[in-house]
Amino acid sequence: MSLTGFEVEVQREVNGALATEDMTLSMGPQHPSTHGVLRFVVRADGEVMKEAIPDIGYLHRSIEKIAEKVGWHGFIPYTDRVDYVAAMFCNHGWAMAVEKLAGIEVPRRAEYCRVIADELCRIHSHLLSVGSMAMDIGAFTPFTHAIREREYLNDLFEELCGARLTFHYMRIGGVGWDLPPGWTEKVLRFLDRFEPIIEEYDRLISYNKIYAERLAGVAVITAEEAVDYNLVGPNLRGSGVRYDVRRDEPYSVYPELEFDVPVGRGEMGTVGDCFDRYIVRMREMQQSCRILRQCLARLPEGPVIAKVPRNLKPPAGDCYVRLESARGDMGWYVVSDGTAFPYRCKIRTGSFAAISIVPKVSRNLMIADLIAVIASLDLVAPEIDR
Amino acid sequence: MAALEAAAIHAQLRRRFGDAVGDLAGTGRDASTTVGAATFPEVCRFLKTEPALAFDCLSNLSGVDYPKRSVIQVVYHLFSYRHRHWIVLKVDAGRDDPVVPTVSHLWSHADWQEREVFDLLGVTFDGHPDLRRILMPEDWPGHPLRKDFVEPEEYHGIVTSRESLLKA
Repeated sequence: MSLTGFEVEVQREVNGALATEDMTLSMGPQHPSTHGVLRFVVRADGEVMKEAIPDIGYLHRSIEKIAEKVGWHGFIPYTDRVDYVAAMFCNHGWAMAVEKLAGIEVPRRAEYCRVIADELCRIHSHLLSVGSMAMDIGAFTPFTHAIREREYLNDLFEELCGARLTFHYMRIGGVGWDLPPGWTEKVLRFLDRFEPIIEEYDRLISYNKIYAERLAGVAVITAEEAVDYNLVGPNLRGSGVRYDVRRDEPYSVYPELEFDVPVGRGEMGTVGDCFDRYIVRMREMQQSCRILRQCLARLPEGPVIAKVPRNLKPPAGDCYVRLESARGDMGWYVVSDGTAFPYRCKIRTGSFAAISIVPKVSRNLMIADLIAVIASLDLVAPEIDR
Repeated sequence: MAALEAAAIHAQLRRRFGDAVGDLAGTGRDASTTVGAATFPEVCRFLKTEPALAFDCLSNLSGVDYPKRSVIQVVYHLFSYRHRHWIVLKVDAGRDDPVVPTVSHLWSHADWQEREVFDLLGVTFDGHPDLRRILMPEDWPGHPLRKDFVEPEEYHGIVTSRESLLKA
């Protein structure tokens, strides 16, 4: 089929029966619920979709090519733009990959700073995800609640690193700045306030009958399909696969921290439906609060960055590191040829895998359900396109 | 669930496919082996279906251009959720006309990843059901991640460069 959109295909039955028309619709690239610039070409029979084909690339900036031109240190601000909703993880992934190539040991305090920043960022990202999910399917008020809490986090990040979205906080070998004075108390105050808010949010929307039934049983992804399409993070765990890189392939100081890995249990319908993917994010925010409290309680003293040469030249070789970003297992394949510039950097993101399953799960759904599917998969367009 | 070391997985591949499978390089999670393009689909099928190996997930698929060796290397990071073990496969394709057999029938994730490598590096995945550009526009000239790629000066009348603001 053509990807130009906006045309109507007319099918006429050969046997002379009443003709039915398939309509081809273009949804996006500027659609409020597409979470960035992406487009779906939907072939629908009335309100029922026969197929929904994603058309991506609108935000492709070839960040991987930029990596080859700007050097090892210089690439960190660009990683912010890979996934601007959860930029800490991209900083962290790049730093981890280069540290592994160059054999750099990160000071313990820096690791704790990173985990604190990561987990705050996870809450930050999940709040936007669950808030906009409610809004996308018609409940506006919960979105304002989520954004209100996210605003506190923005302030915390601003105080930490001067930026509210594209943080550029981590460096190769550690983090850019130590935690500002009095900041940990502010994080604790935020947690004290935020934990009851999660319960309020559950009362307000998660277990709201209309909301839950709107999502239950919609776009079920089985565990086998999730693994086959390489879904990661909450999308994978929503399908009942208990796998979290933080627990199963631990990095940084995660082995020292206690937390649970919530999975979808089919509470409202079937395991792997939109509701499961949603509720896993809600439960993960609670676990992030748990991790943050542990980190703040045992934050060690010491330097926050290792001695790293300004003109860094990691020895020739390649490595693949993974970390658990807000959208799940994020992979960085980095090749060095021993020069001051990366030879190749491939960023494998969760959203790229998640959107590739949309044509499969959207078949025979209502058009309005496509919105719920996109929101439940937590697609972030810049992360798809890089 | 019994995770195998990369060396043990490599030994099984060697036993079955002989010299088509190269030596094991690297350590730990990055232990990799080269595989000839002709045997590659069979190696993948074996890795996926053999119960003791059960690589059910293609974690990553990427391509790297090596003009000095005149090859484009396609790198596959395979992971098994069942056994929690890893292997990295590398397939070299001639740079002039790089062709690698598809594995999209084994792992659905390969479908879009192969399209990306086709788009950005110009590797043809033989047998892929829908091999077309995915990130770049359909009419974009060349493949941006090749080392000798020269950015066109304009695209449909849109200039792609600008004077440096730092110039006096």
